[in-house]
Amino acid sequence: MSARPGAGSRHWRNQRLTSIALIPLSLWFLVALLRQPSLEHAVVAGWFGKPLQSLLATLLGAVLLWHSMQGIQVVLEDYVRGKALGRLLLLVRIAHLAAALALGYAVWILASGGAA
Amino acid sequence: MYTLVLSILHRASGLYLSVCGFLFVGWLFAAALGPGAYAYATAFFSSLALRIVLALALAAFWYHFFAGIRHLAWDAGYGFEKRTARLSGGLMLACAAAAFAATLIFTPAGRFVAGLS
Repeated sequence: MSARPGAGSRHWRNQRLTSIALIPLSLWFLVALLRQPSLEHAVVAGWFGKPLQSLLATLLGAVLLWHSMQGIQVVLEDYVRGKALGRLLLLVRIAHLAAALALGYAVWILASGGAA
Repeated sequence: MYTLVLSILHRASGLYLSVCGFLFVGWLFAAALGPGAYAYATAFFSSLALRIVLALALAAFWYHFFAGIRHLAWDAGYGFEKRTARLSGGLMLACAAAAFAATLIFTPAGRFVAGLS
């Protein structure tokens, strides 16, 4: 828990913001993914290779990972106390940062034509 | 349906989706590495255990999606009355179940997860 005044309400508001942003973004992405005729490599690479798709997928990934981080933080703050909380939060942040970097790299490679 | 149970399910489904998000990043990373790595990923996700994980992820997504909208309505100050809350809980569960069934049966990827194709 942060000691800064207003940090809690800012976190609360930001969590609502990512929730609202994810309603259209996640719906679009899930339906688009599920509707692909197949999930062969060429289809997936081709789909993520398009400009709009790669842009929206990057946006979705960023908002989704932020939302995930926010949610896990709220749950951890409810059930974990003391030093363990700070350590767990750091671990979760590192994992999310790594996932964000991997996701960004993957979309970048696919959007620029793929490693093939 | 009791509000308490649904609220805990919202947290549980959220945590589960977080874990599955990392699986998804792995899948996309494999796609970026090329067809060889992607073939490994496809074999991995085709196993029965992983298809169960994915089916649960689909169910968790739809649950979290509709339950999240309900939570946002609460945050905006709507639907706090006990009768209304019970009603919206049932409605939300029905929407989630219908969306889950529809995506599992009527989409190519859903049918793959369900073992229908």
